[in-house]
Amino acid sequence: MGGIINRIIHNRYNLKSAAGGRILKAGDLSIVVEFGNEISEALNDKVGKLYNAIKKNRPIGISETVPSFRSLLVYYDPLLITFNKLIEVLNRLIEHSNDNIISTNKRVLNIPVFYGGAFGEDMPFVSNHTGLSQEEIVELHTSREYLIYMLGFLPGFAYLGGMDERLITPRLKNPRVSIPQGSVGIGGEQTGIYPISSPGGWQLIGRSPIKPYDPARLEPFLFKAGEYIKFYSVSESEYRDIENDVSYNMFVCKEEVHCGHSN
Amino acid sequence: MGIRINAVGPACTIQDCGRHGYMDYGFQVSGAMDEKSLAIANSLVGNSQDMAGIEITIGGLSATFTSDAVIAITGADIKPELNKMPIPMYRAIYVKKDDVLECKFAKVGCRSYLAFNQGLALKKIMGSLSTNIKCKIGGYLGRPLKANDLLFFNSTTPNIKNIDKHSINLSISFKNPVNIRVILGPQDDYFTESGINTFFTSTYQLTKDSDRMGIKLDGPVVESKNGVDIISDGMPLGGVQIPSSGMPIIMMSDRQTTGGYAKIATVISTDVQKLAQLRPNDSIRFENICLEKAHKIYLNEKKYLMKVSKLWKQ
Repeated sequence: MGGIINRIIHNRYNLKSAAGGRILKAGDLSIVVEFGNEISEALNDKVGKLYNAIKKNRPIGISETVPSFRSLLVYYDPLLITFNKLIEVLNRLIEHSNDNIISTNKRVLNIPVFYGGAFGEDMPFVSNHTGLSQEEIVELHTSREYLIYMLGFLPGFAYLGGMDERLITPRLKNPRVSIPQGSVGIGGEQTGIYPISSPGGWQLIGRSPIKPYDPARLEPFLFKAGEYIKFYSVSESEYRDIENDVSYNMFVCKEEVHCGHSN
Repeated sequence: MGIRINAVGPACTIQDCGRHGYMDYGFQVSGAMDEKSLAIANSLVGNSQDMAGIEITIGGLSATFTSDAVIAITGADIKPELNKMPIPMYRAIYVKKDDVLECKFAKVGCRSYLAFNQGLALKKIMGSLSTNIKCKIGGYLGRPLKANDLLFFNSTTPNIKNIDKHSINLSISFKNPVNIRVILGPQDDYFTESGINTFFTSTYQLTKDSDRMGIKLDGPVVESKNGVDIISDGMPLGGVQIPSSGMPIIMMSDRQTTGGYAKIATVISTDVQKLAQLRPNDSIRFENICLEKAHKIYLNEKKYLMKVSKLWKQ
């Protein structure tokens, strides 16, 4: 027993860097760089900076990473990089990524949504619950730029932050067996878009004709962690036109890039 | 030409070593559960170790060849027969057009691998032939194989000459409970001393809910300090998450990329392959090892596979 506890104490390494954070062991082929224990844009920004620094610099021995709200899972090959060297490289990347202005560029992807009707069958429920009209719901939902904290749960499923509190609506009591691809919904404090059809319990308020994930595309995924999404409202006929363009891989989402520091 | 499936068990899919490079987009890796057995099968037929083969779960495959081929079967012993005559596991076999391969059900072990010298003529999706059933992509039409499926090889004749020496003396065998080595963390600090003690001193049994996504265990409850919910983070291969029931789940090839339960420990990669060969009612015990030792084991494993890959170089 003493041996086990002893190892627990020695299981953590504090990163020597301004960004703070600590290293958690995760088996023989991965480690977790954890920057804190809360959901905040500031912590997520640190994750994003390290994630992008690794993507850009491609250090030998690091194969891939998984960014999440407040930590980065780093897969590595111990034949190519020792554990100590890995920690050294990560420390250097964290320090370097902090004074790199370019990495603070903010990409906002504009996503068309047809709100209500047959595609947003829970709109009446959300309207009832929030006391807002459909127009007000659409107005609030399209007014914000949502940060993509992470992708997970489904391929290309974005965990978005920053929804207007007036839109908070509890999930369905009985989740649906199948929610169509592109559905836009609200689940508690979160909002998001279903990249593939899937079971789910979110309140559906609309649908987007775009495909966040399409394995046939050269770039299968439209957005990545650390970027932003802004929804805009389209009519049913506009929806059909975009849907048609998407089927020929001819539709490109409008995007804005804001340079410099995001805050 | 290639191979026509006559009959098959429920979970038989085409797998290579996985669809890497998309985990940051929330995309599962998939790939052979027992990568080592697939690698050896590939080496036996003269392929590079990362080529796609058929992952057969518990056996039961029957198939007819529609052209000559060189094949090898590794992993769980499924007593293969060619035209009703027994053929050995872990040996390259020359099969002729119209030959019929029939496999029994495995008595020990869970997964077997069938590799073809000519490879499978299928389109790689996002860099891999691995079947991802959830996303309906990869392998054969993105689904498990079923009767009457026709798989094509890349060429009609095998591209290998002398295969007499292409055999290796191996088999899948183990005694319950199987020792599974782990490294503590990432969230071992969510558990009480007594919970960690329970985890390392108890025997856990595989339940029938185990699959390519996760191995669900039954045994003594692992006690947490204040619940097991964490802010969702990345899910390593072999991560042992403890949901609120206190029953460990080990995350395997088809795991989600992220998860919201604390992970008490992570199974080392070499022992993930061992887990791939266990089936419901088999049992395991967890052993805590240090990272240095785990890396030595990994190095030896890689050296061994490297040696195997050179055994029959022509």
